[in-house]
Amino acid sequence: MRVLGISGSLRQGSHNTHLLRVAAQVAPPPHELEIFDGLRDVPPYDADDDVNPAPEAVQRLRDAIDEADAILIATPEYNSSLPGQLKNALDWASRPFPGNALRNKPVAVIGASTGMFGAVWAQAEARKVLGATGARVVDIELPVPQAEAAFAGDRLADSEVHDSLARILDELTATAEAGGEPAQLAAAA
Amino acid sequence: MATVAEKTAIPTGIWKSDPVHSNVGFSVKHMVVATFRGSFDDFAVTLDNSGDEPVIYGAVRVASVDVRDEKLNGHLLSPDFFDAERTPEIRFTSTDIRTEGDELVVDGELEIKGTSRPVEARGTIVGPIENIAGKEGIGIDLSTTVDRRDYGLNWNAQLPKGGFAVENEVTLQVQLELGKAE
Repeated sequence: MRVLGISGSLRQGSHNTHLLRVAAQVAPPPHELEIFDGLRDVPPYDADDDVNPAPEAVQRLRDAIDEADAILIATPEYNSSLPGQLKNALDWASRPFPGNALRNKPVAVIGASTGMFGAVWAQAEARKVLGATGARVVDIELPVPQAEAAFAGDRLADSEVHDSLARILDELTATAEAGGEPAQLAAAA
Repeated sequence: MATVAEKTAIPTGIWKSDPVHSNVGFSVKHMVVATFRGSFDDFAVTLDNSGDEPVIYGAVRVASVDVRDEKLNGHLLSPDFFDAERTPEIRFTSTDIRTEGDELVVDGELEIKGTSRPVEARGTIVGPIENIAGKEGIGIDLSTTVDRRDYGLNWNAQLPKGGFAVENEVTLQVQLELGKAE
C-alpha cells in the first residue's frame, strides 16, 4: 500500500517533514510512505487557471494523491489554523469537485509545533477541510508539542508518542484496505 | 383512548413501484429557519402480499441523491454523510403492516449507512384501481422521522451567530404508485 505524506511546512528543516520521515520508518511493511515534494510549486488558487489541462504543479499534486492509497498530512500551526499553502493545495486538489482526487481517499492528519499544543487546532481545521472535499478522514490526531526536542534521530523521543504514530499508520492503512458492500437494489426491482 | 389496530385489507399479489410515478425524498430544517428537500432518483419498492403476511421491502441507490446542486450532492455522498462508496444503498424491510382508522402504519427496519434501526412509518394506501392501460395499480404514501445521528450522519457546522447549519431530525417521505406484477 502506498501512503503519500504531505508536509504543510515548506521550511528546509521542517519538524513536520521530519515527522513524516519518522512515519516512513514506522509504516509497517509492505506499506511504504513517500513524501510529496511539490507543495512549494503549487500556484495560488485562481478559478481562471482552474482549467483542463491544469497547471503542471497542480497536476503533479492531483496525480500523486490519485496514485496513493492513503494520505498522511503533517501540519504546523499558523495563527491557530493550517498554513495557507497547505490549504491552497487542498483547494486545488478538491477541483473539479464531483470526482476530485481526495474523494473517498483515506486521510489522516498529524502535526508538530514548537509550542505546547502540537498544532492541535491546525489538525482539526485540516480534518474539517478534508471532510468537505469528500475525503475519508480518519478521526484521530497526533499533537507533537515542543518539536525542537521531540525527535531522536528517526524516532520520536517520547516512546508513547512514537507508538501513537505507528497506531495511526495502522488505522490509516486499515481504512484504505476496508472495502464497501455489494448492492442489492436489483432484488427489490 | 386506546387505538385498536387491525390488519388492513392489503391487496393480494405482488406490487412493484413505478419509478416514474413514485418519489422517495427527505426534508430537513436548514440554517435554522428554512426547509431543505432532496430526493433519490433510483429506487425500487415491492409490496409482497402473496404469502401469509404482507411485507414491504425496498432499496434506494444512494448515489442517485439529488438536491439540485452538484457540490451538495457530492458532499452528501462523501463519508461526512451517506458514504456511498462503502454503503451504496438505503434499505427497508417491514416487520408489521396494519391500519389504524384510515391510516396505514408500517413498522420496519430501516438501514442507512450500514446501520439498521426500527422505524414506524405512517400514511395511506389507496386502490387498487385499474389504470388507463388496463393494469391494476395502488398508491402508498408513507413518512417517518429519524434522527440522522442514529445512522452516523453526524456532519454539522455551527453557524457564526449561533445555531447549526442542518437539523438532526429528518423527515423521510415516499409517495409510491405500485403496479401489479404479472
